[in-house]
Amino acid sequence: MMMEDLEQNTARRKRRDAIFAVVGLLATLVGMITLAALIIDLAVDGIGRLSYNFFTAFPSRFASQAGILTAWVGTSLVMLVTAITAVPMGIAAGVYLEEYAPKNWLTAMIEINIANLAGVPSIIYGLMALGLFVYQLKLGQSILTAGFTLALLILPIVIVATRESIRAIPNSIREAAYALGATKWRTTRDHVIPYSTGGILTGVIIALSRAIGETAPLITIGALTFIAFLPDSPITSEFPFISFQWLMSPFTVLPIQMFNWVSRPQQEFHLNAAAAGLVLMVMTLAMNGIAIYFRYRYRKRIKW
Amino acid sequence: MANNPAKPEATYPSVRELSVQSDFAGFNLQRVRERIIEFVLFLAAMSSVAITLGIVGILLYESEQFFTHVSIVEFLTDTQWTVLFAEPRYGIMPLVTGTLVTSITALVVALPLGTVVAIYLSEYANHTVREILKPALEMLSAVPTVVFGYFALLFLTPLLQRFLPNLPGFNMLSAGIVIGIMIIPYISSLSEDAIKAVPVTIREGSYAMGATRLQTALKVLIPSAFSGIASAYVLGFSRAVGETMIVAIAAGQQPNLTLNPMEGAATITTYIVQVSLGDLPHGSIAYQSIFAAGLMLMLMTLAFNIGGYFLRKKFREIYE
Repeated sequence: MMMEDLEQNTARRKRRDAIFAVVGLLATLVGMITLAALIIDLAVDGIGRLSYNFFTAFPSRFASQAGILTAWVGTSLVMLVTAITAVPMGIAAGVYLEEYAPKNWLTAMIEINIANLAGVPSIIYGLMALGLFVYQLKLGQSILTAGFTLALLILPIVIVATRESIRAIPNSIREAAYALGATKWRTTRDHVIPYSTGGILTGVIIALSRAIGETAPLITIGALTFIAFLPDSPITSEFPFISFQWLMSPFTVLPIQMFNWVSRPQQEFHLNAAAAGLVLMVMTLAMNGIAIYFRYRYRKRIKW
Repeated sequence: MANNPAKPEATYPSVRELSVQSDFAGFNLQRVRERIIEFVLFLAAMSSVAITLGIVGILLYESEQFFTHVSIVEFLTDTQWTVLFAEPRYGIMPLVTGTLVTSITALVVALPLGTVVAIYLSEYANHTVREILKPALEMLSAVPTVVFGYFALLFLTPLLQRFLPNLPGFNMLSAGIVIGIMIIPYISSLSEDAIKAVPVTIREGSYAMGATRLQTALKVLIPSAFSGIASAYVLGFSRAVGETMIVAIAAGQQPNLTLNPMEGAATITTYIVQVSLGDLPHGSIAYQSIFAAGLMLMLMTLAFNIGGYFLRKKFREIYE
């Protein structure tokens, strides 16, 4: 009698354990199925609109003639400013916190602060940029402002990635450099940073893929939703051949263009939105794929 | 001995002295350079503090302008938010309820799923399955939110309408569900880290008592890792509260004081987007109102983070 009870109990528990193994897999698949449904949905709706013309046409009142030329040019230029700003700053901050920072209240405050910034909603960065960059610093609703805004947004991601990959370098490497008489900066420049490049690169790519999809902060700073001209060319025919006028141009970006199309009631514009979404998805997924590949390759290659 | 002329070589510095001297000069220069570099790196790290100060400063400064026109009591108690109308009313309540309803819908989806996924990936899945599922799940958090918004409005809402015929085209339910799916990876990966951090000895102790994996997970691992799991939940909530584009696209942008997810409503974030899309003159009340709304959003996330902090402190388990 007792034995039977026990056996039943054990069998029941084992059954529940087996059921949970299935439930767990299904729960994990919910996300994947959503992702698949989303990509298929976008592809079914949008693939018909993807043509050479779609990439080279300005937006238009007529859905079938509208294209994403201004949007992808805007996205590329904003990303350029973002990368140039956020990457050196993030790496420098990460290097400082790992290699230089003394253990004191100031360092602790910086660390807590970075952790908190990662949790601040992106639209708040947009409000800050609107008040500070657009009106206080009078940078206007320009590509420069947008690039700075997104740079601040992804700064914590770059810092955390830098710190993590620096932390993986064993101390013996640093000590070997010091033993040969290298200064701290020489050690950092010639050893610590080169050896952590893989991890930093992964983090930077992921951060930029996040920035490409950001919409809300750029709408907040006043990006245009309908724009039928390109920024000034960065290369000019006259001396000094390089112009920075484009930094001050008004702009739109891909996700805003998509938002604009999806908010219209007409069905035809929804197809355009799907096509723009498809382009966005290909860009972000490709960037994430590259990042995962880098991570995998560097993890495999480096054995201390 | 000092004036002994028999030692002429003493007037010239020896080779050794020379090299020490030049080394010393070089050392000084190098030291200055090292200090300058350290200072530059320090400034980069301090930039994060400057960002925080900038955010808080701008929000407070512009909100203060707003609150010279609108009393805080009206802001917090009025039930209408009609800033852009001819007779404006400034009650933030409808935006707050919209934000809460979408976020809670998202959490109802994401907390159970995220926790189950975390247990599954850390305790059940074998190495190969993990290596495939984890990056695939992380892809979910890489999808631009505007694409999720498209999905919620044009895929999920029509799907839900088959089962709920009364569901309007713009509703918080569909937006909330999609936000929930979007934040699963955040919750699962942080919870998984927390579960993994529980010492092996505790896990083995449970197995030695004859517990199954499920019993170990539910009765030993989750209680032990609860402080970490709670931070994952708090982060998930912050994401949901701050989510903008999904709600702006799929839930309509009409302020609506309701707790019913089947209706459409505006959230704090969608209000900010809606106002920013128009061309508002700098310094007008409507312009200042988005900063007051942003301040409210920050305070909500802050309150929840502080709550989470105390929750974590209460449940923290410390292992030697």
